[in-house]
Amino acid sequence: MAWDWQVFCKNTTEGTTEALCWGKGGDITYLQWMFQAWGWTLSVAVCAWVIAVVVGVLVGMARTLPNSPWLVRLANAWVELFRNIPILVQLFIWYFVVPRLFPGFRHVPGFLLVVFALGFFTSARIAEQVRAGVQALPRGQRYAGMAMGFTTAQTYRYVILPMAFRIILPPLTSESMNLLKNSSVAFAVSIAELTMFAMQAQEETSRGIEVYLAVTGLYALSAFAVNRIFAFIERKVQIPGFIVAGGTGGH
Amino acid sequence: MDLSFFSWDLISKYVVSGFYFSVQLTFISTLGGILFGTILALLRLSGNPVLAIPATVYVNGMRSIPLVMVILWFFLLVPLLIGRPVGAEYSAIITFIAFEAAYFSEIMRAGIQSIPRGQVYAGQALGMTYGQNMRLVVLPQAFRNMLPVLLTQTIILFQDTSLVYAIGAYDLLKGFVTAGKIYGRPEESYLLAAIVYFIICFGLSVLVRRLQARIAIIR
Repeated sequence: MAWDWQVFCKNTTEGTTEALCWGKGGDITYLQWMFQAWGWTLSVAVCAWVIAVVVGVLVGMARTLPNSPWLVRLANAWVELFRNIPILVQLFIWYFVVPRLFPGFRHVPGFLLVVFALGFFTSARIAEQVRAGVQALPRGQRYAGMAMGFTTAQTYRYVILPMAFRIILPPLTSESMNLLKNSSVAFAVSIAELTMFAMQAQEETSRGIEVYLAVTGLYALSAFAVNRIFAFIERKVQIPGFIVAGGTGGH
Repeated sequence: MDLSFFSWDLISKYVVSGFYFSVQLTFISTLGGILFGTILALLRLSGNPVLAIPATVYVNGMRSIPLVMVILWFFLLVPLLIGRPVGAEYSAIITFIAFEAAYFSEIMRAGIQSIPRGQVYAGQALGMTYGQNMRLVVLPQAFRNMLPVLLTQTIILFQDTSLVYAIGAYDLLKGFVTAGKIYGRPEESYLLAAIVYFIICFGLSVLVRRLQARIAIIR
């Protein structure tokens, strides 16, 4: 079987091979289509990441609150709910069921619904990591905050969270890479992201191996980039002598 | 919302066969994944670069691409490799064994490394070969330490089987989707699918937590 990388220079509408692999006058080549799809993958992942981290930190924190049993139960229920349903099913619910049940969601674009699905799904996992991170801190840290006369909010803001964040950075790294990979399920609701591109380009050109190789490469590259970004953050926020680099937990 | 369409007829016609395939896929790929995962873990821990490097590349490669892409890859490659078209279900089983082996190998590796070196030395002092030492001393303990994590991975695996949607294999989710289409009630059947998955996965995770507590007492 011979390689045919020319497939990426093909015009997606006319099938002709374009010079420099770049379409003219509104037409695009498969290469351009792939880069657009990559853009969609990254946008979905980044937007969902923001939701996942914000919600995940709030829910994870709520699970460790000392004197609010109902808030703890609610947050635990949140985690169980979003962790025990497959992401694809959650995606279908957000995309098809939520707009039917809640008229307010009827005009929300599909892109956002996918972002919600991925964001909330991942938030449950991040909440679990935040809880573990907070509970990994010695109890004395919380008492120290109380002894300083801090309110609960201040204790979290100034004492617990800064330490917990550093502890959870390694698992948060792999969860962020998971989120990027999970964004591939968006193909099921026809978001024009990388996996969707791979399936359609494979069908149109019959050059499945070349197309899949390129897409797989872009996914691996993106995951690697996420990994490096987090490694950089981890180095930057490291407190000398407090947490061993690359270690999980410890004080 | 109208759930009256949900009947025994619907379950037996569309859902049961899908559920059966999901369970079958989970079961086979857990066993196959643990088997090949253990081999991969042993290769990585062998200290021999000729064995360890390919195993590491395989594991990290599998872990850095989305499962959906792996499913698509195998669906494309398996027919080319064996020279005849295969069904989506057959392709899914091969895919999941190959993919899960990478994840199970990481669990096994952590499990094997959690066994104190002294245990290995004790085996060696008794004159055991590498194979005997692994089989009689290290792996039994590693398996017990790792049992809760292995089972949790199996629950995740069960959830992941829904991704065979990408190649149109008939699993539990597909069963609900098909029933929803035929009865003209897609939204309701998505909700029912979510409830069924939730009950199964939540129930299993409660069981795993109980088991974890019991194992912790024994140790």
